[in-house]
Amino acid sequence: MGTHLPSTEFDGTAVDDQREADAEAVMGEPPAQMVQLLGPDGKLGADPVYSQYADKLTPERLRGLYADMAAIRRFDVEATALQRQGQLALWVPLTGQEAAQIGSGRASQPQDYIFPTYREHGVALTRNVDLAELLRQFRGVSNGGWNPKDTNFHLYTLVLAAQTLHAVGYAMGIQRDQKLAAAAGGARQEPDAAVIAYFGDGASSEGDVHESMVFASSYNAPVVFFCQNNHWAISVPTNVQTRVPLSNRAKGYGFPGIRVDGNDVIAVHAVTEWALEHARQGKGPVLIEAFTYRVGAHTTADDPTKYRPSAEEDAWRAKDPLLRLEKYLRAEGLADDDFFARVKADGDELAAYVRRTTHDLETPDIRSAFANTYAEAHPLVAEELAWFEEYEAGFAGVDSSAEQGQAAAKAGH
Amino acid sequence: MDTPLAESGIIGTAIGLALRGYRPVCEIQFDGFVFPGFNQITTQLAKMHARSNGNLTVPVVIRIPYGGGIGSVEHHSESPEALFAHTAGLRIITPSNPHDAYWMIQQAVDCQDPVIVFEPKRRYWLKGEVDTEAPGHAADPFKAHVLREGTDATVVAYGPLVPVALAAANAAEEDGRSVEVIDLRSISPLDFDTVTASVRKTGRLVVAHEAPTFGGIGGEIAARISERAFHSLEAPVIRVGGFHMPYPVAKVEEDYLPDIDRILEALDRALSY
Repeated sequence: MGTHLPSTEFDGTAVDDQREADAEAVMGEPPAQMVQLLGPDGKLGADPVYSQYADKLTPERLRGLYADMAAIRRFDVEATALQRQGQLALWVPLTGQEAAQIGSGRASQPQDYIFPTYREHGVALTRNVDLAELLRQFRGVSNGGWNPKDTNFHLYTLVLAAQTLHAVGYAMGIQRDQKLAAAAGGARQEPDAAVIAYFGDGASSEGDVHESMVFASSYNAPVVFFCQNNHWAISVPTNVQTRVPLSNRAKGYGFPGIRVDGNDVIAVHAVTEWALEHARQGKGPVLIEAFTYRVGAHTTADDPTKYRPSAEEDAWRAKDPLLRLEKYLRAEGLADDDFFARVKADGDELAAYVRRTTHDLETPDIRSAFANTYAEAHPLVAEELAWFEEYEAGFAGVDSSAEQGQAAAKAGH
Repeated sequence: MDTPLAESGIIGTAIGLALRGYRPVCEIQFDGFVFPGFNQITTQLAKMHARSNGNLTVPVVIRIPYGGGIGSVEHHSESPEALFAHTAGLRIITPSNPHDAYWMIQQAVDCQDPVIVFEPKRRYWLKGEVDTEAPGHAADPFKAHVLREGTDATVVAYGPLVPVALAAANAAEEDGRSVEVIDLRSISPLDFDTVTASVRKTGRLVVAHEAPTFGGIGGEIAARISERAFHSLEAPVIRVGGFHMPYPVAKVEEDYLPDIDRILEALDRALSY
């Protein structure tokens, strides 16, 4: 049994494979069947369930998926550069996970509500969040940055997995809305909606993920749990989080779990579309494990060369989500050089916009923090604000004389 | 509605329901079991309005039966209110009688902010008049209530110790001492104006709560009143509360819980200056 103890030694995905084989041998746990439609070679395969969803993707939508992935990768490069130049305090790169995020985000409908972690920049793009606003949090000028009511894309949540429970609660709210509408007897105004809860392989160990799946199952809530297994929780490999394929965990809660090739945007889109339909139709939750890889660092404060070999990164680069779709689009004659040149130009334009806007992101006044601590008036906040105003006013003369001094210095006096 | 047995799940899903437009009321069965939900309450519920720059409101109510004196087992007798009062974004109220309980829970539901209602569980069986037509003094759930007027000293209490403070004041009266008693009702925000006005009149203040005195609400009141009414104070503010220990076993909780004599002893000290 010694070989089944959690290994903290690095062994990459070979350990994953071995551990899953162990799980099968010891517990009769079936190995995960990974849904893949578009392979790394750019060839489109078939699947009895999901091909019909893939077939709905017109050439235009396929080109759109490629353009989205290219745009968010370009954005990622720009944001990383902005951090390196001191314009952002921190950046959380997504490179490698474009297909998982664009595929799932594009499968959602406007009425669906999305709860991201803090790396879902690609999903944000699909929900029409202004990507410059996305950077507010990382520039230190907001803990949010956008109004979730505008896009049904919730704020990033940094406390791992806390948002999975919010997602289930929101889904329970959707169910109640539907019951209330039915009881009112009128014609249904709103289309059926579902919720997506994003989390990662690291967060899968958090108790809140367990509780969220218990609640979702108990109430049959319309929620899709979308786990991006990017294989690394900062420096901790997935095999320390789980002995079985993460998608298999759904079985214990009594709902479907699907492992999908997270670098295959067509399969991710198909599986997510199926899962959202399943949820919207009242058939309950689904867990999707998108098998992918964080090609870059956990954040700009992390150096993955310290804990994983470049050979593993190279192996995953060969499964790159953009390259395989480009191969397919070219082979099928669905996109030409002009298209790819245009995508590149659009990406550069987006990067320039983000760079320009980031510099202009307004630093808030601390008075807005006083104003937003409570929704209703709170005497202690009012008292402390009044003290602060008086304290600040005490510097009024000092400030203006200092400014005058600076102005005088600039004027050459 | 029944939920799976998971406090973080109860609070976390309530946040989601509130984001969808509902006003969920959560019940934590006993004070000592709120801690599995502590993360959701402090890092998520309390901050949601602020971190959304005011765009989102989460009007969640959390009912927590609290306090000792019921002879129960471990984790069933605690008073963790200070842990929550320290967290900005939350409102903390605690009714001490049926009339207040009737109005305050409804006001908590109406409030746009998250509200924790600490319900003194040894007062659950108390019978009292409830005016369901007019709230009277309970019109504002965040205002303290002067229960008994006096001139020599003020006793501030909340929740389960309110009747104890009243009984102590009555006993003191037999010794010729006129003691004012204030039911705080709300812990966050805390109605310092009412307490300050009382101390300006009496010059002496005793604060009583079941929670340990160290790092407790009494310390906050002592500090604020020292700043606001320093020249009116004839004596240091004296705290009566639990000791710095895990809540003790039921057979000795009488020695732990502040009672009439402990409050009278504190009044004696305050009046000895």
